[in-house]
Amino acid sequence: MRVSFEVNGHEVTADNVWPGESLLYVLRERLGLPGSKNACEQGECGSCTVYLDGVTVCSCLVAAGQAQGRAVRTVEGLAESGDLAERRLSPVQEAFVEAGAVQCGFCTPGLLVQTDDLIERTVGQGGGVPDEAEIREHLAGNLCRCTGYEKIIDAVRLAAERTAAQRDGGGPA
Amino acid sequence: MNPFDYRRAEDAAGAVATVAADPRAMFLGGGTNLVDHLKLGIVDPDLLVDVTRLLPDGVEPLPDGGVRIGAGMRNSDLAADPLIRRRYPVLSQALLSGASGQLRNAATTGGNLLQRTRCVYFQDVTMACNKRRPGSGCSAFGGYTRYHAILGASEHCIATHPSDMAVALSALDATVVVQGTDGERRVAMTELHRLPGDAPERDTVLRHGDLITAVELPDLPFAARSRYRKVRDRASYAFALVSVAAAVDLSDGVIREARIALGGVAHKPWRATRAEAELRGARPTEETLRAAAEAELAEARPVEGNEFKPTLARNTLVATLRDLVEEERTR
Repeated sequence: MRVSFEVNGHEVTADNVWPGESLLYVLRERLGLPGSKNACEQGECGSCTVYLDGVTVCSCLVAAGQAQGRAVRTVEGLAESGDLAERRLSPVQEAFVEAGAVQCGFCTPGLLVQTDDLIERTVGQGGGVPDEAEIREHLAGNLCRCTGYEKIIDAVRLAAERTAAQRDGGGPA
Repeated sequence: MNPFDYRRAEDAAGAVATVAADPRAMFLGGGTNLVDHLKLGIVDPDLLVDVTRLLPDGVEPLPDGGVRIGAGMRNSDLAADPLIRRRYPVLSQALLSGASGQLRNAATTGGNLLQRTRCVYFQDVTMACNKRRPGSGCSAFGGYTRYHAILGASEHCIATHPSDMAVALSALDATVVVQGTDGERRVAMTELHRLPGDAPERDTVLRHGDLITAVELPDLPFAARSRYRKVRDRASYAFALVSVAAAVDLSDGVIREARIALGGVAHKPWRATRAEAELRGARPTEETLRAAAEAELAEARPVEGNEFKPTLARNTLVATLRDLVEEERTR
């Protein structure tokens, strides 16, 4: 079957898609977007997290046909677009690098998308910087087997604080 | 995974007719359980009929004071709905205690009700399981039974229903609206799921091709102070060892009505009618609450490996009721 949808602002079409394929498979194997990771493929680890119509989902559990006509945003869509040389990491991505929140990196794309969502839903809606309990609950569906999560929490807090500072007129912190 | 077809349904009647006519066709909702089962080989359909775009996905007030929840409404949207949070907080709390943010964003109300057990032997196609392959035996006895039933089980199956939402809906006396080939009918939430008996392969009373289109909640003013308490092996993103959904109508120091359901203990959300009967008309002393919990768990039959659950269920029930009574007194 043919599946057409929007990915990171661009209309895409995949042909000869088998109904048993997941959205994750279509993104990675047919559309050349391998940022979303296929770790557990059971919806337990969150490594495949993408935005689907503005909310985060496990793309491994979305049947390919269900993406028809919808808008997907992947980890590749978080960085500011532009020529490759001019491309800038998003504040969340920068914070993960600076805080040392990345070890093997396999869970990182999912964590970045889910963190982006948390910051959008809190600081982005005029709210405060989420506390540790809120951060942990929002990221409960993203498993990391390397870090022990401490540096990830630091990174999320750092990204949220910077986004709040920028929002409140201080410019980039 | 064997090949199958995928079709997006245009209307409920057409979807019902299509699935009813094909024993190997299945409805597809949010996919969080079914897509997983396709990969694990637990189900083997020849056709998936996607109903997510035709089902209602909002909450609307009903003329009789109740509310109707569309079966296509996402768990996260239902949990965040202002009307639900204000009038039926137990439902919102139950939803938020289940799964992860990503899964709640995809899972639908109807699909949540029809999700299958998380019994590890049901999910492992190399193991005997009467629910997955009738007559093959039950591998859970003598196995890993931490999440298994202590009430209403049978020698054929000790699996539990995993939904938190369904426990709250049972306590709230919800009604499930079902579209079948003969038209629409209504099923009490407490009657939707079955006890296993000698046919554990049947989770519910629905017939093949029946489509859940909505869930209705009655007008229940005292549910505005209701609670869901869930005990699990980690602080988040785990199924219930035991959970309690409860609402108590307390006036002049006497319990007029109580609505209680337990999760994690049976093949269906376990409506605690014995505890409710003990509480009706009684003063909410520690002894009364304890007696109600004792009455409900009197028939509990743990198996090797989950002997802790009757005590855990009693204590969780008492703690939930105590919190509700305290909340009533101090408001």
